[in-house]
Amino acid sequence: MIPTSLGDLVLKVRSKNAGPFWVTIDVFCDRRDVFDRLVSALSTDRVAALYQVAPDQLKRFDIPDLRVIKFSLPRPVVQGSAHDRDMHGAQYAALLEEMTL
Amino acid sequence: MPTRVLVPSGVLGLGFDRKALDRGVAARPDIICIDGGSTDSGPFSLGAGQSKYSRAATKSEWRALMQARAQAGVPLVIGTAGTCGTDSTVDWMHDITVELARELGQDLRIARLYSSQPVSRVAQAVAQGRVTPLSPAPDLRLDDLTNIVALAGAEQIQAALATGADIVIAGRTTDTATIAALPLLRGDAAGGVWHGAKIAECGALCSTNPTSGVILVDFDGTGFTVEPLAEGARCTPHSVSAHMLYENSDPFRLFEPGGYLDVTGAHYSALDDRRVRVQGSAWVPGPYTVKLEGARIAGYQTTILAILRDAHYARNAQAWVDRLTGFLQAEIHSRMELSPGDYGLEFRLIGVNGALGALENRSGDPVEVGVLGLITAKTQAEAAEIGKLINPFVLHYPLTDDEELPTFAFPYSPATTDRGALYEFALNHVMALEDPMSAFRIEVTEIRAKVPA
Repeated sequence: MIPTSLGDLVLKVRSKNAGPFWVTIDVFCDRRDVFDRLVSALSTDRVAALYQVAPDQLKRFDIPDLRVIKFSLPRPVVQGSAHDRDMHGAQYAALLEEMTL
Repeated sequence: MPTRVLVPSGVLGLGFDRKALDRGVAARPDIICIDGGSTDSGPFSLGAGQSKYSRAATKSEWRALMQARAQAGVPLVIGTAGTCGTDSTVDWMHDITVELARELGQDLRIARLYSSQPVSRVAQAVAQGRVTPLSPAPDLRLDDLTNIVALAGAEQIQAALATGADIVIAGRTTDTATIAALPLLRGDAAGGVWHGAKIAECGALCSTNPTSGVILVDFDGTGFTVEPLAEGARCTPHSVSAHMLYENSDPFRLFEPGGYLDVTGAHYSALDDRRVRVQGSAWVPGPYTVKLEGARIAGYQTTILAILRDAHYARNAQAWVDRLTGFLQAEIHSRMELSPGDYGLEFRLIGVNGALGALENRSGDPVEVGVLGLITAKTQAEAAEIGKLINPFVLHYPLTDDEELPTFAFPYSPATTDRGALYEFALNHVMALEDPMSAFRIEVTEIRAKVPA
């Protein structure tokens, strides 16, 4: 069986700065069954490992009304500092989108 | 008292639908509010105290809004003027406004709300225990900051409106403050006001046609109604509620000076196929604090870009820059007497892990690799000197000792580019105020531009 990536199941994965010190990642599901499946299948610890943050640093919100799972984490590097590679934080989404389930 | 707020766009400088703006004016708003910036494009604007948008784009859009204001006969407010909202960008926006008033023949009263903070004021607040770090906060160091601003809330905008101003040019404010000010003053429900202001602050981003800009929000005693004004644009309960996710680390709570918005109990319903009604949001009062933002110069940069197209080098790009870096550090040490701790030298591999660095978990077989060298030094002259020193080696350095000298592709001449100062964000703190106006000031100017009859 070919492993499924998160991006194959959902409508969109989006990331963006939430101020200079945080990045937030939204997983939009178009179907309720996909959302319900992901709420249990998506491990917070695995997402934390993907972004190399301690699990207790990762905020998670499962929002059934919107069929959205949202993660927020302190930016691995502060926005615009010498080692920042992505000023708007919009490419962080790719890692979660490509995560296999 | 119900209050109708017209929001032409998420930010001045990105454009908006002029026909939709005309419809907004025809709908007789009580005020026109637009945002002028945020931290989203990085620390340069705040560090340097400059707008990131062009003067030409700003002036052309501001002209349309000043005409709309004159037609509607209501105040026009811009928050976070000039991207970062320092005193210098407020004055830049004021210059543009005065120029336009003369061109349009408008008599105006203009209130400028200044948000820049002298270091001494913040230092005194620190000494009095009124400055608290948010998480994560950089170490508090005030001595070398080029600019500090405090984010004004609704109270300071209300004070500016109370001068009778036709136009308010505000320095740094929260994204929502300009929209929330008038409805709060008129007694509309605070939970609905802050929630509606958050929904509208990005213009039509809360609708099905995000780039159309123009949004109309009606606030009242129990909530708010939002309506996009572009042809064919619609707000749906989903498009509106999903906007709380945007650039927010917590989609249910939004902190503002004097409290926070809690939307846990908000209920979104479609009034028709384009308007959405929202009720049930709560405002939770708290201590009066304003968020601080600051930036400092973290060094000066010179960059160099080389492209490795030779398959042998493209495949071994990481090994090549590792070996090159060691060699260059020794060269810089022997010729300039600088140790690696005295400067920064980083090579990023575009085509390998340019965007994600150490987080990247995929690999491929790139046709070519861009090698972006970033040199950060204490002065621009030193960074430029390091750039010139490493230039020939970035062009010719071999992967092993026993191979021919390669020559890579430099896309331009000279191969190095001096970038100027590298700024960094230096504050993620809040400052408590007893009087909201104690960290802000207002100046009023009268412009007489009409030719006397």
